[in-house]
Amino acid sequence: MAGSLDFTPDDRCNAFITTCREAPFSDGALAGVAVAVKDNISTAGIQTTCGSRILEGYIPPYDAHVVELLRKEGAAIVGKTNMDEFGMGTTTETSAFGPTRNPADPSRVPGGSSGGSAAAVAAGLVPMALGTDTGGSIRCPAAFCGIVGLKPTYGRVSRYGLIAYANSLEQIGPMARTVEDVSRLMSAIARYDPRDSTMLDKPYDHRPSADIAGLRVGVPEEYFGEGVDPRVAETVRNAIGVLEDLGATTVPVSIPGMRYALAAYYVICTSEASSNLARFDGVRYGPAVDTRKSWHEAYQDLRLELFGPEVRRRIMLGTFALSAGYAGRYYAKAQVARRNIRQDFERAFREVDIIAGPTMPTVAFRLGEKTDPLSMYLSDILTVPANLAGIPAISVPCGRVDGLPVGLQLMGREFEDERVVDAAYAYEQGVKA
Amino acid sequence: MVTESDIEHIAELADIGISKDEVPEFTTQFNAILDYFDVLDAVEGESAPAAGITNVFREDEPRPCLSQEEALANAGSTEDGFIKAPRVM
Repeated sequence: MAGSLDFTPDDRCNAFITTCREAPFSDGALAGVAVAVKDNISTAGIQTTCGSRILEGYIPPYDAHVVELLRKEGAAIVGKTNMDEFGMGTTTETSAFGPTRNPADPSRVPGGSSGGSAAAVAAGLVPMALGTDTGGSIRCPAAFCGIVGLKPTYGRVSRYGLIAYANSLEQIGPMARTVEDVSRLMSAIARYDPRDSTMLDKPYDHRPSADIAGLRVGVPEEYFGEGVDPRVAETVRNAIGVLEDLGATTVPVSIPGMRYALAAYYVICTSEASSNLARFDGVRYGPAVDTRKSWHEAYQDLRLELFGPEVRRRIMLGTFALSAGYAGRYYAKAQVARRNIRQDFERAFREVDIIAGPTMPTVAFRLGEKTDPLSMYLSDILTVPANLAGIPAISVPCGRVDGLPVGLQLMGREFEDERVVDAAYAYEQGVKA
Repeated sequence: MVTESDIEHIAELADIGISKDEVPEFTTQFNAILDYFDVLDAVEGESAPAAGITNVFREDEPRPCLSQEEALANAGSTEDGFIKAPRVM
């Protein structure tokens, strides 16, 4: 059954940075299935840019672990999808290769940072795609484009070969039109890899079950508070009502640490970014530096020219947050806030099996609507807590507001990815019936 | 409150080039974001290492790795089988 897939998509949404005209595939559970891969995941022989000019022309000499696994299962890697530069953004507008458009409404953003992967799936160009989620980057575009996206438990999928941005938060995860396909892709990529030392050997082998009778669903008040569009809140409450109709019971819960979550998240991710992105100096990869200049001059000139403003802003914020005199005020406090949020979830999960709420506080923004960085950061409020706690979280489409998709977010206990998949599957099958 | 000269200093520390006309905008944005970060002042508790988590090490023994050719394949400039870098001193 091995062969080659001819891939020449009508990419009106600018979902891809690179496409592979002839994509070879082998036998396996995903034999001949076209899978798109976010452009921060290394693919041997295929250009990998992270949506940045600084890596334009970079061709990795090796595959990420997840890509090795996809090839082994017979998937055809058909291209690399557009993304916010280095995963820094919520709209895919910070890509150096132009923004991606939302297939549901081309005047809107697809969400980010895995906007290319979400748009490629939503536009029907591929059935499945890989994204990465540092603070919501799989779930946000899944919600905005009306598809399903899973951020696995931290440590369940190898990050070997993922070009790191904030490695204590980020995970590679599956995106697809249905929960069943998300689960199939997850089965392929969640396999132990000793090269990622933060990984646990808990392979995912699961077929979704729609039986959720007796499931206790926590509904946190903080997920329906200020900043959440009331129509989005109502759509999500109706979706939770569907889970109740299917035999689940709802219980009010509280995540009081939420009020610190976003600040803690941005302190931690910018701090990690300031360290992780130091390697992009134009020496070992990327466009050549002018070796006649001095080190600092060559380095600074190159980074000014080839990094976009959001990347430079975050590297500077992280440098500041870690600097002598401020590390205690920002970084140390953010770590305490992170631990508190983790404990809030642990407490809630003693009462309930999953937690439900909206994925995003609003529907997709218009292209160019969010111009100041802080207002963009604020839209991540509902997704970052799962990354801080390391727990699994899925976004499943649950209706529309103004004709635009809304996502229901379901979060679970650590390593209970199967349970969030089942709950999402039950919802999806329940509304289909 | 950070000033424009603070922003220039941070850019220097981070080896991020910054152009003169960007400095005022970055300063305004930084101050708005840092104001928002002030919420962390109210966080209670001390930073403590997570319980039950240990470092994962492996034996320091040679393993297959990239060939010299592969390692140099993406470098902008090379010389005699080495990566060429700007002068440091």
